[in-house]
Amino acid sequence: MTVVASDVPVARFRLGLGAIHTIEAILIPVGALIASAILFSIFLLILGKSPITFFSLIWTGGFGSAFSIQNTLQRSAPLILTGLAFAIPARIGLTLIGAEGALVLGGFAAAVTAIPLVTGGVTPVIGLPLMAISAMAVGAVWIGLAGWLRHYRGVNETISSLLLSYIAIAIMNFFVEGLLRDPGSANKPSTMPIGDAYRIGPMPGTSVHWGLAAGLVLAVALYILMSRTTFGFAARMTGGNVRAAQAQGLPVGMLVVGCCAIAGLCAGLAGFFEVAAVHGQANASLVAGYGFTGILVAFLARQNPLAVVPVAIMFGALAAAGGLVQRRMGMPDATVLVLQGIIFVVLLTSETFYGRIPFLQARRSGERT
Amino acid sequence: MNSPLMKRRSLLQAAAAGLAASALPFGAAKAQSPIVLGAVYVGARDDFGWNQAHAVAMDILKQVEGVTVIEEENVPETDAVAQSMESMINLDGANLILATSFGYYNPFVVDVAKKYPNVQFRHAAPLWNEATDPKNAGSYFCYLNQAHYVDGVAAGLSTTSNKIGFVAAKPIPSVLSNINSVLLGAKSVNPDATVQVIFTGEWSLPVREAEASNALIDAGCDVITCHVDGPKVVIETAESRGVKSCGHNASQAPLAPNGFITGAEYKWETIYKIYADALAKGEELPNFIAGGYHNDMLRNSAYGAGATEEAIKAADAAIEGLKSGSPIYVGPLKDNQGNVVIETTMDNYDPVLDGMNYLLEGVQGSIT
Repeated sequence: MTVVASDVPVARFRLGLGAIHTIEAILIPVGALIASAILFSIFLLILGKSPITFFSLIWTGGFGSAFSIQNTLQRSAPLILTGLAFAIPARIGLTLIGAEGALVLGGFAAAVTAIPLVTGGVTPVIGLPLMAISAMAVGAVWIGLAGWLRHYRGVNETISSLLLSYIAIAIMNFFVEGLLRDPGSANKPSTMPIGDAYRIGPMPGTSVHWGLAAGLVLAVALYILMSRTTFGFAARMTGGNVRAAQAQGLPVGMLVVGCCAIAGLCAGLAGFFEVAAVHGQANASLVAGYGFTGILVAFLARQNPLAVVPVAIMFGALAAAGGLVQRRMGMPDATVLVLQGIIFVVLLTSETFYGRIPFLQARRSGERT
Repeated sequence: MNSPLMKRRSLLQAAAAGLAASALPFGAAKAQSPIVLGAVYVGARDDFGWNQAHAVAMDILKQVEGVTVIEEENVPETDAVAQSMESMINLDGANLILATSFGYYNPFVVDVAKKYPNVQFRHAAPLWNEATDPKNAGSYFCYLNQAHYVDGVAAGLSTTSNKIGFVAAKPIPSVLSNINSVLLGAKSVNPDATVQVIFTGEWSLPVREAEASNALIDAGCDVITCHVDGPKVVIETAESRGVKSCGHNASQAPLAPNGFITGAEYKWETIYKIYADALAKGEELPNFIAGGYHNDMLRNSAYGAGATEEAIKAADAAIEGLKSGSPIYVGPLKDNQGNVVIETTMDNYDPVLDGMNYLLEGVQGSIT
């Protein structure tokens, strides 16, 4: 059988399918962002505020000075990890929104692991990796559980992961306010502080902690995993069509639980850094909504682990500038949330544009002879 | 919490002197650099409660010449507040940060204060410890339990079932003191009065607060009061059920046109003016200011429709008594487990009261 050149789909500008997809993957989210900005500007104008002032304050507060940039990066560090925690299972076709619970439980596990280590005088060189491992393990088990329930029992993973999130937070609160409460923390129940020796300091020359570096490394590693290894290929294939994957003999169960475990690992690591670098102990401050913002980050990044990084930085900038906008424009705190909501809705709507942009559509030219 | 009694008394006297000084026309000396006060709130500025009380005081400060006020609301008690404070210092040039929520102090205010020794930080709870905390940090607090005592006096004469309901947030000493003061105030005019308390567990949980209010009313309470960040829900629930209410933090009178008696209100502007004045003159800010009725840091909300003549007279008399220092905790007193917890009569500013961890006999409810 000969294959005629005219069988190969060719766009008007002679672009291959790969090029089309890449262009779409950049053009459509950027278009969605621009459309969101326009819609939000209309909202601001109705309120009598200047969109130009707003966006210039976002710039100032997010990137306008050394302090702003560090503030932005500090806020994006956990978002990279929780964004990855949504993106990886999304590649295998699962919508897991339980990163918040995994983060909380991971941070809690790290703080609990620290108790015997710190009191026993173990050096941080051994202690900190142990804490990180326990945080990642607990996170992996927690989200892996949602994946297991999905594959082996048919429980909808979105619901189960969300409910597991609440259970995780309740578990942490139960122990932190009861059994594991540090007596010195009378007014804000917390676990025993890990002490200054165990605190992860900022990266040299900045005031951002090492969680950012960990997030970057994991983003690159997971990108390579998902796009360049057989595991990643098998996972994406399962995400495309589970029946086809099963027919091929792929170990779908293990792939599902494996991807969920990776997601939980990322979220648990985020929790570890929250405890070791930011708070120094586990308490209700761990429940900061990073897990849920990570969902938005992953969506905007089109579930691509590398793209999660710039998107997380953008959301970090929004959060960093949110306070400045409140103070200078006298707007309520919910303003930035409105912007995030508009972005999310426009993004979901923009999904319909894939494959529908006229000049980027693939065409078959001619008939097969 | 560890300040010795004498230190606390002398600081109070200094505060009273400072207050007298600040009663003079403001702006006697021109400020060297602009005074920028940054206020951080844990909730919304218009929550009819804790945050509104601070916002109202800051609005008064905005009128003062030479003072710029920047505010940020809805900042949770997490690392976000550290970042907000740093943002105010770096981007807005704040020279005094007012961190208004309880959970902001440890470790956020302490750590940021160490990082910026030229900026002053003041926190609205009696947590500053001279030995361990930086000198540019400090605390300010009002003993609101004095105003709650007055609430109790008015409530004691307004209740027919002798049951006063109290919706409380967390069982920390200042909340417990408010509950106990309501009881003691009510009992001073009505020996059969009791208080029933339900703890919601968090500063602001509107659904749980509504459930608790309804539960207390169903249990027979006909006057409801509270200590939560935003008493709006509690007061509105009480009003819709037709029972009387006493407010907290700010004035909720507009919310309860039929049943509002009075409320325990902070007068934060007294303290904020002391700070702004000191900044303008380039003086050191006091590290610890505590106050009550005797130095004009509290008020009771204007009496609402729920207050009877009798209640108003008794409440006014109680206020006068507190202004001249008459004690609330007159010993011996037992807790509701039967143990004697207060042996002798305590001064209203005794630091021992800052560690209160019991509910007095006559209060139905438990801390754990």
